[in-house]
Amino acid sequence: MSSLSELYQNVILEHNRSPRNFRPMTDADRKADGHNPLCGDQVTVWVKLEGDVIGDVSFQGAGCAISKASASLMTGAVKGKRREEADALFDRFHRLVTGTLPAGESETLGKLAVFSGVSQFPIRVKCASLSWHTLKAALEGGSPPDRPIA
Amino acid sequence: MTATAFPTPTPSATLALDVERLREDFPILSERVRGKQLVYLDNAATSQKPRAVIDAVTRFYSAENANIHRGVHYLSERATIAYDAVRGRVARFINASSPAEIVFTRGTTEGINLVAQSYGRSTLRAGDEILITGMEHHSNIVPWQMVAAQTGATVRAVPITDAGELDLDAFDRLLTERTRILAVVQLSNALGSINPVRWLVARARERGVVTLVDGAQSAPHLPVDVQALGCDFFAFSGHKVFGPTGVGVLYGRSELLERMPPWQGGGDMIETVTLEGSTWALPPARFEAGTPMIAEVIGLGAALSYVETVGREAIGAWEEELLAYATERVGALNGVRLIGTAREKASVLSFVVDGVHPHDVGAVLDDEGVAIRAGHHCAQPVMQRFGVPATARASFAFYNTRDEVDTLVRGLRRVRTLFA
Repeated sequence: MSSLSELYQNVILEHNRSPRNFRPMTDADRKADGHNPLCGDQVTVWVKLEGDVIGDVSFQGAGCAISKASASLMTGAVKGKRREEADALFDRFHRLVTGTLPAGESETLGKLAVFSGVSQFPIRVKCASLSWHTLKAALEGGSPPDRPIA
Repeated sequence: MTATAFPTPTPSATLALDVERLREDFPILSERVRGKQLVYLDNAATSQKPRAVIDAVTRFYSAENANIHRGVHYLSERATIAYDAVRGRVARFINASSPAEIVFTRGTTEGINLVAQSYGRSTLRAGDEILITGMEHHSNIVPWQMVAAQTGATVRAVPITDAGELDLDAFDRLLTERTRILAVVQLSNALGSINPVRWLVARARERGVVTLVDGAQSAPHLPVDVQALGCDFFAFSGHKVFGPTGVGVLYGRSELLERMPPWQGGGDMIETVTLEGSTWALPPARFEAGTPMIAEVIGLGAALSYVETVGREAIGAWEEELLAYATERVGALNGVRLIGTAREKASVLSFVVDGVHPHDVGAVLDDEGVAIRAGHHCAQPVMQRFGVPATARASFAFYNTRDEVDTLVRGLRRVRTLFA
């Protein structure tokens, strides 16, 4: 398989075409905007919390296939997870896309393992991680959508 | 004796470039990337370097390196002469009336910042207006916003049409008695539009408005005559005109340069220094504080000589033909939309592929060895104007070929298949 087809795996292409949870959330508890000033990619992430658990999560934005599919798959991966589980998942995901996750550990990422090809394209790491950074910002300091983000 | 036996060269034949032979002057063009022959179509970002430039820089560091304007020894004298001689070569390249009107900078960006912070900051007052356009590179927007914030002046922008041309009626309305500076790009890096700079400058000068032309993209592709343009300042970069990175040129009319305060202080820009105060050297030294980029200036001199040897008219003619061919081939692809369809264009083909983000277009082309730029091209207002987050951009130089355009088109078909 060429490195290009490792980058654009079918799951990624499919999520790019039909992103999941691609909608604004009117009753969200938290919201954050993320953007990459270098390439102009932009994403907004909404979160509804049930105590410490991510009850619902959605996103909207404009970006490349990698950033859109990553956001889409992220929403599926973190829904129903406790915040610290989501943090730990991001940590492993980040090590996957930067090529520092030990071989064998990528299975623990489930569907997110389709992003392993990103590690061969260092400039695309920021595309894959933009939505995760934005989710983290929402969980840590994001404000409800009706209030300006501090 | 018939005309067939002794054919008279047609104008196009006399201008024809031997592109295959010229390509051999550029070592990088025979490189392979990702297992494919490199097809370099990112010339608006930076151009490749001919061996003449690489050799000039290597020779300087190998045999001639010394600081300038401050040594009595042989090498310093040689380096000083070589450095200052490039000023004359640049003056001829853009038809400035004197080498004293040529200031060496790090690049176009620094040249514009110099004008904004020296001329702009010392003359602008609250209520004054700086007129730019909607197709400027960030380097011809942000320096003006900064000096506007410092002085209370306002930045206004001439809008662009759907084709990517300046709205000239709007220009006339926006050029008012409050306008002090007009800063306009000659050839747009994001759209490829050639602006009627001579006309714009003439209108501005009728009103006593000082004019700056951003020549970053035009210097490599169009013949430039600053006296014919009539502009007060003209800025361009060495690395886009086949020279080294880290060097550029600011042309300024002597009358203005002489009145302008220094921008940066340090060695080489002074006349006398005491602990109580200092006096300034005459231009251009006044604007070249510190040890300059000596090797890069010498490399720039070699680059301009190279371009003149190839022939600027021949370069223009070939690039026009190549752009027309690329526009036709790429424009004919299903699902591809060209961004920037001005009547007068050069060297740049910006486009979007339906449903595919430009970064993904760039990644697939890269896998074919084709280097293009994907993004906002440091021209976010242009992207906002056309309602796209980014575009893919192929940009040409005289060493590009029709075959390379064909490779680009094959790559774009693969993009469409992969993301169908």
